[in-house]
Amino acid sequence: MLNAVPLPAVLTLAAALFCIGLFGALSRRNLIGVLMGVELMLNAVNINLVAFWRYFEARYITGQTFAIFIIAVAAAEAAVGLAMVIAVYRHYVTVQADEIDRLRG
Amino acid sequence: MEVVVQITFGVIAVFILVAAAMVVSVRNVIHAALWLIACFFGVGALYMLLEAEFLAVVQVLIYVGAVSVLILFAIMLTRQITGEGVRQLTNRWPVVLAIATLLFATVLAPTLINQQWNVPPAPPLGTPEPIAGPAELGRGFVNEFLIQFQVVGVLLTVALIGAIVIAYEERARRRKVLTLAEELELKRLREQTSPTVPAPVEAEPVVQESRSASER
Repeated sequence: MLNAVPLPAVLTLAAALFCIGLFGALSRRNLIGVLMGVELMLNAVNINLVAFWRYFEARYITGQTFAIFIIAVAAAEAAVGLAMVIAVYRHYVTVQADEIDRLRG
Repeated sequence: MEVVVQITFGVIAVFILVAAAMVVSVRNVIHAALWLIACFFGVGALYMLLEAEFLAVVQVLIYVGAVSVLILFAIMLTRQITGEGVRQLTNRWPVVLAIATLLFATVLAPTLINQQWNVPPAPPLGTPEPIAGPAELGRGFVNEFLIQFQVVGVLLTVALIGAIVIAYEERARRRKVLTLAEELELKRLREQTSPTVPAPVEAEPVVQESRSASER
């Protein structure tokens, strides 16, 4: 793996995934679609961490540990975020982000 | 051997990117969630290729097993999802697309490719490289990362309680909201009985019904 695939290839893949997730998070109308974009971005960051771990310090565990903590925090974020989506849906009977505009003057 | 690894990496990369592009572009949100599961699997395969086996298993367990099921449940608990005739992207999506593409093409990709990374040389073929595995990870979680490990436990507990508190609704205030199965059943009945006449507003006490009917 180290000789076959250079590090910039993996990092570029992660960057592309991050940009796709950014597009999804910013342009989807559906709140659940927005959360899916955020999940894609978190995955891209994890790919970065694992790639750096593998190429630079494979004998230590710090990189993998960091990735596992990010996965745990992402799971908590998904749970709370989706609970908020359900609460918003109960109140406004819609999950389209641009129809929830009560604060607009 | 190297060619095999390169081909595998290429296949996984294309799979991940195609799945991610489908996640953000598909009209039907359920299809988007299924493509998201495919993308998670691809990322898990990439971890396996990077020799982080434990992370690959964790990825499949948590993302494919838990997060995607959570997302599917949230989709099924909210309505107006199948997206026929409903716009899925905001009006400003070309701007967002331009921003994301420019970020990748002018900032990220040139920086990553032109950077001198100073990767330490891989050991010669035949000598096994010392790679931290699950045993070292487990030892790290009970030694040097013990406090962080406990804090993550507290965070997960708080998130669990918080999710219940946020989504909880008293029984008295609950109102009738159709599930996806009931909605599709109603739609099928409506199409069977009167294929040409536009759908009447249902007698079900759903606040949104007239509005969604006008949007269709």
